Amino acid sequence: MSNKKIGVWVCECGGNISDVVDTQEIVDALKDDTYFAKIERYLCSKPSADGITEAMEKEGLDRVVLACCTPKMHRTTFLNNLEEKGLNPAFLEMVNIREQCSWVHKDDHEGATQKAMDLIKGAIARAHQTVALDSKKMKVVPETLIIGAGVSGITTSLRLSEYGMKVHLVEKNASIGGHMIQFPKVFPTLDCSQCILTPKMAQVSQSSNINLLTYSEVKEITGVPGDFIAKVWVKPRGVDPEKCIGCGDCNTVCPSKAKDEYNQGLNERKAIYRPFPQAVPSIFTIDFDSCIKCGACERACPADAIDINDPGHEIELNVGAIVLATGFELYDLSGLPQYGYGQYPNVVTSLEMERILDVNGPTGSMVVVPETGKEVKSVTYVLCAGSRDTEVGRPHCSRVCCLYSLKQAQLLRDRGIDVNIHYIDIRATGRRYEEFYLTTQEKGAMFYKGKVTEIVPHGDQVLIRSEDMMLNKMVEYPTDLVVLAPPIVTTEETLKLAELLKVPADEDKFILERHPKLDPISTKRDGIYAVGVVIGPKDIQSSTAEAEGAAMKVVNFLGVDRVIEPNKAYLAKPDACTGCEECVEICPENAITMEDSKPVINEIMCSGCGVCIPACPEDALDQQGLTDVQLKANIKGVLADSEAELKILAFVEEEVAYTAVDLAGLARLTYPSSIRIIPLPSLARLKKEHILYAFAHGADGVMMLESPEHEGPYGHAHILSEERIDEYRWEVEDDDVDSSRIWFSRVYVPDWRKLQRVFDTFHDIVDGEGPLEDDVRETLREEYS
Amino acid sequence: MSSFRSTSVLRLHPENKVFNERIKELSGEEIDLCFQCGACSSGCPMTQEMDYLPSKIIRMTQLGLDEALDSGTIWVCTTCFNCEVSCPRGIDVANVMESLRQLVLRKKYDRVSLDELTPEELRELPPIAIISNQRKLTG
Repeated sequence: MSNKKIGVWVCECGGNISDVVDTQEIVDALKDDTYFAKIERYLCSKPSADGITEAMEKEGLDRVVLACCTPKMHRTTFLNNLEEKGLNPAFLEMVNIREQCSWVHKDDHEGATQKAMDLIKGAIARAHQTVALDSKKMKVVPETLIIGAGVSGITTSLRLSEYGMKVHLVEKNASIGGHMIQFPKVFPTLDCSQCILTPKMAQVSQSSNINLLTYSEVKEITGVPGDFIAKVWVKPRGVDPEKCIGCGDCNTVCPSKAKDEYNQGLNERKAIYRPFPQAVPSIFTIDFDSCIKCGACERACPADAIDINDPGHEIELNVGAIVLATGFELYDLSGLPQYGYGQYPNVVTSLEMERILDVNGPTGSMVVVPETGKEVKSVTYVLCAGSRDTEVGRPHCSRVCCLYSLKQAQLLRDRGIDVNIHYIDIRATGRRYEEFYLTTQEKGAMFYKGKVTEIVPHGDQVLIRSEDMMLNKMVEYPTDLVVLAPPIVTTEETLKLAELLKVPADEDKFILERHPKLDPISTKRDGIYAVGVVIGPKDIQSSTAEAEGAAMKVVNFLGVDRVIEPNKAYLAKPDACTGCEECVEICPENAITMEDSKPVINEIMCSGCGVCIPACPEDALDQQGLTDVQLKANIKGVLADSEAELKILAFVEEEVAYTAVDLAGLARLTYPSSIRIIPLPSLARLKKEHILYAFAHGADGVMMLESPEHEGPYGHAHILSEERIDEYRWEVEDDDVDSSRIWFSRVYVPDWRKLQRVFDTFHDIVDGEGPLEDDVRETLREEYS
Repeated sequence: MSSFRSTSVLRLHPENKVFNERIKELSGEEIDLCFQCGACSSGCPMTQEMDYLPSKIIRMTQLGLDEALDSGTIWVCTTCFNCEVSCPRGIDVANVMESLRQLVLRKKYDRVSLDELTPEELRELPPIAIISNQRKLTG
């Protein structure tokens, strides 16, 4: 053992500990092993806490071991005090002898005292092996890349620019505004969408903190959170944004035409165009797919802004954070011919209807069949046209279709047009939405519960056939125009971008949140956030709220230097590494890359879950602050010197499961004092070797209490751990350890009551088996000394 | 309660609106606001005797289907106003029932002719039952 100066304090907790645990006996027994061992009545009181720091300075202690309540209670307080006096955080060991000892073994003073002593000895053994670890600070680039300039991207950009942060806003289209600028009115207030968004767009163009890059696409992302490099391709637009004065002379002379995207292709625009009059930037763009390169525009331009040979160019941006706000598109209904979209002129999508209802739309706000120009007297809405369908289309609810259909219905009713709405459920769940539904009914829209299965032509109309589920009868009637509400989906481009950003999407192809409830706008990767429909279908109100939230997230992330905790995996034995890449494949954070056939672990991306370490077939990896040497010292310390008859070592996941074990203590549930707990970040850190090591040095049973699959802090690690331990369970039989001596459970926080039964049951099982046979232990000890 | 006899196709013609408007005018109720929650039927004490549940009668008037006039339900309705009390959209269903009865009665069609009742029947039947077959709301 090293000759480190270790000071141990044992807290009585005003009797909470000392009424059960004989603290004097412990201190007496420890005197030889340590430089210093002392009892305190209340260790957390100011005089006692000051006493620790004083003694530390006076005696020149190397390591401090505090045996008291759960570290979840006062660890931070003690740590702050000690750090002020220059103690490295890695040199503080805490032993939980209240929640996990005195409170749960109140009728077993002898067992509790023995257990407390063992736990403290484990901490001392570990303390001998600890090395100083400091968290690192990394400078972040205080600039943000925002991809997509719809209402979400615009809002986040404006908020960040107001805060004084530099923003690069990249938009693939010629103008910002996204889908919202296509809507004539928005629910539930029926205010004019363009009237409320246009001023925001103007603010974007005027803000000196926003570098607006329209007609541009992100092509490559490298670097790490806090310091990304993004390559942005500025597509050839043939017009110099600096020179163009937006006069439109080019547009007048252009002979070539293409479908107008702003109007959903319902009419045509020129090859040189401005998407809509209030476009930002207010310049023209050449669509080179339809341009015939006649040069008429070049000659007409008074500002000499046009270059029809514009090759486009690439720019490189250095940013600290990225916000993905690329929005949505409507599901392609060509795969669902039953709705007749693309076959009959009387069938349009909801987005096309938005444009038809716009005063500046393709029909000049006349409600007509766009292709034939026939006046429309009746409109039928088909909701869930492909949504909520697990067989064809998409299984999810697109969430806004009910409301925008109600909105369109109101606008149509205001013009005296008959409206029939076929629905599965009307989901009007937002604030003021149910009232909006009521208003739509008041305006005389008719509702039919029953999904439309097929639309067939009927003269210059189409025939609607559906069930009226209220009367259990079929409904069949002709209508002038059908509006389909297709699923709202992410674009292919978004999914490609997600791959570039290394942020996963969920099964529904929307970007996966870091946590669906508690961290809903963070992606799985640090420094990358997703807002608006790209992270799930939603309305403008929610998109805006998310966008505001994302700005705060970015400010939080870029406002201070990034602290990199010293809990990372590292290549401990480079010579042993064969370059097999097992670690690269298993890392849930994609933090490991290969360089010169050796793994390089990115300290920023590594979460410290420990999954990679047992995965290495050559034992070449280790973890800072939780090295194999430290873990083994702890295991041996807890078990080897103990005089207890039966010893069970429990490895407990330290966030969720550990909290549950503490709660069992808080409730004074009792369980056998054979249980000794060692916390771990995730049980996927455990090697088979650790379990056998425990058996070799005195354990008669080994328990593993893991967090639930999806609730632990380390994501996939908590799933992997169970798979591993299932294998270990059978593998230990090769060493003559019965598999019944190994227990695995998942523990939910509210399940703390069940822990009593879990501990009792496993204790009984091990007790039934009896202490591990001496010869088995002896053989193991030879191998795992 | 009898089940629906057929799944025939409902007649949905523009003329149906006339019937729908007539009922709204006679009853003074905003029947288009009904969203078919079924609360009126749930609270109705007479559903066992009805061929169509009260909520379905409302749906029929919403769609302008004058089959509602042939329904026995409108005569079984006791005008207890349970439906009115429970309707979340503020529709007085009993008023709608009354307007339907009025439309039938105005055609001079008596569901039960008082002349054909024997003096014994007149003696034994509770007066409310007899009145029920004529009309229930006054004024």
